[in-house]
Amino acid sequence: MDLSVLATLNAEREARRATVLVTDIAAGTQRLVKQQDITADPLSELLEKQLRMGKSGMVEAAGQAWFLTVQAPHPRVVVTGAVHISQAMAPMAKTLDLDLVIIDPRTAFATPERFPEVTLLPEWPEEVIPRIGLDGYTAFVALTHDPKIDDPGLDAALRSNCFYIGALGSRKTHAKRVERLTAAGFDEEAIARIHAPIGLDIGAVSPAEIALSILAEIVNTLRGPRRKPA
Amino acid sequence: MISTDTDILRAAEEWSRSGRQVAVATVVETWGSAPRPVGSHLVIDADGNFVGSVSGGCVEGAVVTEAADVIADGKARMLEFGVADETAWKVGLSCGGRIKVYVEKVS
Repeated sequence: MDLSVLATLNAEREARRATVLVTDIAAGTQRLVKQQDITADPLSELLEKQLRMGKSGMVEAAGQAWFLTVQAPHPRVVVTGAVHISQAMAPMAKTLDLDLVIIDPRTAFATPERFPEVTLLPEWPEEVIPRIGLDGYTAFVALTHDPKIDDPGLDAALRSNCFYIGALGSRKTHAKRVERLTAAGFDEEAIARIHAPIGLDIGAVSPAEIALSILAEIVNTLRGPRRKPA
Repeated sequence: MISTDTDILRAAEEWSRSGRQVAVATVVETWGSAPRPVGSHLVIDADGNFVGSVSGGCVEGAVVTEAADVIADGKARMLEFGVADETAWKVGLSCGGRIKVYVEKVS
């Protein structure tokens, strides 16, 4: 492996951009394909398929064996609301190897004591989200119930290609949210990206159970169901 | 927590930049109950220091030994470990899995 290839690979990963390292096993030669160059690559179909699955693997094309090292950015969950549910979510996200970022301008809520070992940003979403960016490997979750905090976050998420968007609230709360987002110019299709009511329907009651149902829905969206119906 | 693949490849780059001779081992195929998924890395230097894992401890020793040869002659190698192989049994992949590991030098 060329040191320059390794360096580019690390730099792209740090910038949260996907890459695929294509190794010709027989010849020992390699090339690094950046995300934006995949469609132009001779192996584009195979590269896209592996990247979609987020999996490295051996592939065969034109009688040749290639190993594809897939470097997909680390999945991340960005939450508005340093609330009880996100507190419960923190240790679960860590176990699931999901990076958790919590945004809440209310400094009484967003304290390191309540959120140890979490990226905690006590700022307004409209200020902080442009800085951290939302991408195709990010899930956005709105948990405050407060439109002043949740709406700017949802606005940014709907303008991004986040793989998951969810918002806490009753059907009534969500209906009002839909009205506000419609007034802000989002169409039905865009608003339908929001999972609301949020979380898999496991009958969650406690904050921890709701956190579990939300994370389960995120994993489900990220990986997709595999079992075929009987 | 356990080091991620990000940390491992960053270590490979840092070690290489600081003048150490480095090899990268990658799990390229698995069969049966292999403990680490395809794409897992182990990074080894000429002194046998390593980070990462390709098998959860079972065959790392053997990979580190082979990596010394890869570092010495610069030629990439494909290693295969499995229960059918007596050596592999000795090095401990007794869980019933088989893995193929590609070892290459960083240059």
